[in-house]
Amino acid sequence: MFGLGGGTSSYREVEETDVILLWGSNARDTHPIFFHHVLKGVHNGASLFVVDPRRTSSAQWADVWLGVDVGTDIALANAMGREIIVAGLADEEFIAHATSDFEAYREAVEPYTLAYAEEITGVPAESIRATAHTYAKAERAQICWTLGITEHHNAVDNVLGIINLALLTGHVGRYGSGLNPLRGQNNVQGSGDMGALPDRLPGFQHVENTPLRQKFERTWDTVIPAKKGWNLSEMFEAMEMGELTALYVIGENPAQSEADQHRAMKLLQGLDVLVVQDVLMNATAEMADVVLPAAASWCEAEGTVTNSERRVQRVRKAMDPPPGVKDDITILCEVAQEMGGDIGEPIAEDIWNEIRSLSPFHAGMSYARIEQMGGIQWPCYDESHPGEMYLHGRLWQRPVLGPRAPFSPVAFQPPAERLDDQFPIRLTTGRRLDSFNTGVQTAGYTSPLRRGETIDLSPEDGQELGVAEGETVRVLSRRGSVRAPVRFDPSLRPGLAFMTPHFPDDVATNELTIDATDPKSGTAEFKAAAIRVEKIEAAVAQD
Amino acid sequence: MDLHLTNDAPNAAERAAVDCALADSGFDPEAQHREAAREGRVAVAGHAARAHRHLLLPVLHAIQERVGWISPGALNYACERLTVPPTDAYGVATFYALFSVQPRPPVVAHVCDDIACLTQGADNLCAELTQRYGPAGSTGAEEAATWHHSPCLGMCEQGPAAMVTVAGERPATTVLAHTDTAEVVGQLSSAGGVNGSGTETAPVRSVPQAGSQGLRLLRRIGRSDPDDLASYRGNGGYAALARAFDLGPDQVVREVAASKLLGRGGAAFPAGVKWQAVAAAAARPHYMVCNADESEPGTFKDRVIMEEDPFAVVETMTIAGFATGCEKGYIYLRGEYPLALERIENALSQARAAGLLGDSIMGQGVSFDIEIRRGAGAYICGEETALFNSIEGYRGEPRNKPPYPTEVGLFGKPTLVNNVETLINVLDIVLDGGDTFAAIGTEQSTGMKLFCLSGHVARPGVYEVPFGTTLRELIDLAGGVAGSGTLQAILLGGAAGSFLSPEELDTPLTFEATRAVGATLGSGVVMLFDETVNMNHVLLRIARFFRDESCGQCVPCRVGTVRQEELLQRLVSERPNGSVDDEIELLNDISQAMRDASICGLGHTASSAIESAISRLGFANGRNH
Repeated sequence: MFGLGGGTSSYREVEETDVILLWGSNARDTHPIFFHHVLKGVHNGASLFVVDPRRTSSAQWADVWLGVDVGTDIALANAMGREIIVAGLADEEFIAHATSDFEAYREAVEPYTLAYAEEITGVPAESIRATAHTYAKAERAQICWTLGITEHHNAVDNVLGIINLALLTGHVGRYGSGLNPLRGQNNVQGSGDMGALPDRLPGFQHVENTPLRQKFERTWDTVIPAKKGWNLSEMFEAMEMGELTALYVIGENPAQSEADQHRAMKLLQGLDVLVVQDVLMNATAEMADVVLPAAASWCEAEGTVTNSERRVQRVRKAMDPPPGVKDDITILCEVAQEMGGDIGEPIAEDIWNEIRSLSPFHAGMSYARIEQMGGIQWPCYDESHPGEMYLHGRLWQRPVLGPRAPFSPVAFQPPAERLDDQFPIRLTTGRRLDSFNTGVQTAGYTSPLRRGETIDLSPEDGQELGVAEGETVRVLSRRGSVRAPVRFDPSLRPGLAFMTPHFPDDVATNELTIDATDPKSGTAEFKAAAIRVEKIEAAVAQD
Repeated sequence: MDLHLTNDAPNAAERAAVDCALADSGFDPEAQHREAAREGRVAVAGHAARAHRHLLLPVLHAIQERVGWISPGALNYACERLTVPPTDAYGVATFYALFSVQPRPPVVAHVCDDIACLTQGADNLCAELTQRYGPAGSTGAEEAATWHHSPCLGMCEQGPAAMVTVAGERPATTVLAHTDTAEVVGQLSSAGGVNGSGTETAPVRSVPQAGSQGLRLLRRIGRSDPDDLASYRGNGGYAALARAFDLGPDQVVREVAASKLLGRGGAAFPAGVKWQAVAAAAARPHYMVCNADESEPGTFKDRVIMEEDPFAVVETMTIAGFATGCEKGYIYLRGEYPLALERIENALSQARAAGLLGDSIMGQGVSFDIEIRRGAGAYICGEETALFNSIEGYRGEPRNKPPYPTEVGLFGKPTLVNNVETLINVLDIVLDGGDTFAAIGTEQSTGMKLFCLSGHVARPGVYEVPFGTTLRELIDLAGGVAGSGTLQAILLGGAAGSFLSPEELDTPLTFEATRAVGATLGSGVVMLFDETVNMNHVLLRIARFFRDESCGQCVPCRVGTVRQEELLQRLVSERPNGSVDDEIELLNDISQAMRDASICGLGHTASSAIESAISRLGFANGRNH
């Protein structure tokens, strides 16, 4: 945000803040380590607000849980913003000093009265008001979010709606106040930082910025395409158009992780060449022309990872990979060699030092310093720089260093797929504590918590459908149908169902989800599909 | 909180019980948008709910009273409202004898079969109920009522006793004493037709000395109307509080220290030391707790005080709160004392109305108020730290000490906790001065002492005598030995006390003299057994009592009390493992382990009476058979 792709705050700030607003995140289950920091904050007296359609295990810790309808976050955020303005709780000095476009924002949120937001979100106006006031009045406040915000067809707008609240109240760029997208794996942050994005080179340097690009071209002695590439959703569109015919997949399982799995499988099968480089033989690898078995980066290779608080940490090799398995660096260098581009046989530290020479954020992070300091938070401009606990402190400097932070007016749009008589139940998807995504990393391990895939319904819906817990039902969306056993979950209200993608071989949940995709981020709307649940009559069940 | 709520739903009555209890408590975070909460749109919990965990016990009481048992749906709903995991709350519900998590008829007779009532024919009563309804827990043909055995109900002067609880929209608890099978059956079959919430006890029945000259602790009993504040004030009430305000908190604490008052709950700890420590504690707030969970078998003095002189309890708690800097007091009242509850409740509301509780008491700018917390049938909750856990909504398991309650007590704050009788002494200490008080009794045991005489005694009841009175004098005061007229044994200090033999009647009743003979005054129990009593039954009942009441938290007591009962069974049935001496050695071993390694007094004293029966009465050595 504001030009930097990272959470603004450190874990310690979450422990020492006054208000934590967890928005579209069940961190208790999905980011359990981060949630320990949240709990420390709670035990230190912070108020916890949770915005989630489900009364999740995180929401059960909350002082206030706001059970919004799926996909109505912008209505909630805008109403909170309007209420903060109307109640005179906006930080006018900060707005005047460090932001731009406030007037446009004020106009944009004007229609979002508390009553209107109640109508759209389902949450009582009084609760919205209380949340807005508590957030605005807090000395320190953090907003943290995850896929409940970003797995929507208007993901970026959702995020902007939240960022606007922080600008409105000055809850950014100060110790204890900030905005934090939580990352789903230990190195999601690092992958982006290192340029695994369609438009960025390492260190968030935009590929379409000629001087920056030329810096890399000089070092790498090559020509880099001057136009940004495709994101994942665009790649599938390009496959559909016949523009993309060869795919090299590293550490992903798109055959099962994509929304509308039916379509994804078909497109992958239609490729001329599919290369998969992975630790495990996942479903996508099963379809590949070439499989390159890779070492596990957390124990069989040297390198670094970067966590959600931008802390770069060393990873050390603890064991040799099995015979025939090579680490990612070796594989990539050997592939380059075969393709006629000799990039030598660098070790991890050599590559890291090259990154330091190219990415100013990482310039000061020698392996020795990372080790000595227990990790360093970027930006770290030189070897005397300790790294930054929080970002955007510049907004509070007088005068503001660099550009002002802009308000970004956004409008509420309902989920792409509406509920109707045919598909009356809202299906939202997410993860459970004991499993990860399509189960590639987790299915091989047993867990006492694991129950296998179920369709979770409110007990009321279960009664209405005349089904019992454990009974297998048919779940249908406009895109496909699956069979799954029913589990009753009192954290769901009637009309809301929940499934996970953890067991794609048993229940292909993503045959139900919709690939309505956010044009700005390329993320599909995993969080909002319309389904119906059918009882399987005894005679049919035997077929 | 990770709740892991279940899918069990409450019925309308259960929901109403929980809702009403929370509304009455003033903690009802979702009152504003109850409908939205039910629709799964909003929940207000977190810090506020966790800070109200202490409402769990009152809410469980409400469910039990309304429905007669605590169903999974009711428990789940209570947990949802209070943000407590159901597994946790289940642990609390099953901790208390008065709660049932199994379906149970709305009308239940809890029939005392403890040792005092045994001497008054409780075994016959139970046998006849078994004949009529089947064994304890059976419902007979009607299925609307059942009966259970109960440990001591604290009605020992009027045994045999039973308590009938009627669940429903208008719940009632009635204590029957002195009762018989016909009365119990009558109550059970009237199935909810019973009105009122307690029996009327004539003071003279429980306090034979009532009205006599020279009484200090019992002086108002029989003279002052326990339901009327004006009557209490007319009999000298609230003079002590006024005097306390004149003295100031520091001086009150000094007087209590000077009085050398020792705690009357059983542990005989110097009250002044506690008062000084709490008054001086830096952490805030301070809490005052009156321990009215009188459950030691054979003890009923606190009950009688609360029933007959409730304003005195309120006044003395107020003095304690004032002197030690507390603004909030709790009285933890035994669940089996419906009349005491009614009278204390009335006393509190009258005191509040008269400006004797609440903000600026007597216009002195001092704030103090008292909340009643009812126990639910757990002897261990008389242990002070178990009592704190019980108030806080946890299982009533004792805490490790130190830290002591004066530093880290109720809700983790400095807490003054005193027994009812101990506190009542403070009224005279404040009025007359600590030195005057210390002149009564002996050097080490100052003041007057209440004794609970029961069993085979001519006029059972609560007696007040100065420390130093001998056991013989006390028994003479109560009209001598009843029953067959020939004394076999005296139990001094309750189930956690010791047996004395008839040869020891000249023992002076002081802390130091009883300690010198290896006994204890305990809670002031003096229970007489004539020579017709089968002491095997008495000892087995005591062993069963401790096995039942051990909270199970620490191993020596949990296992030791079971082993002790098994061992006694073998001795009584004359099938010892090895010789009788082997068994006695083993018993000594078990009791030593419990004394050494249990974390609270229950384990420390669980063998005391049984060992004394062996050493003083010759039990198991032939003399008893």
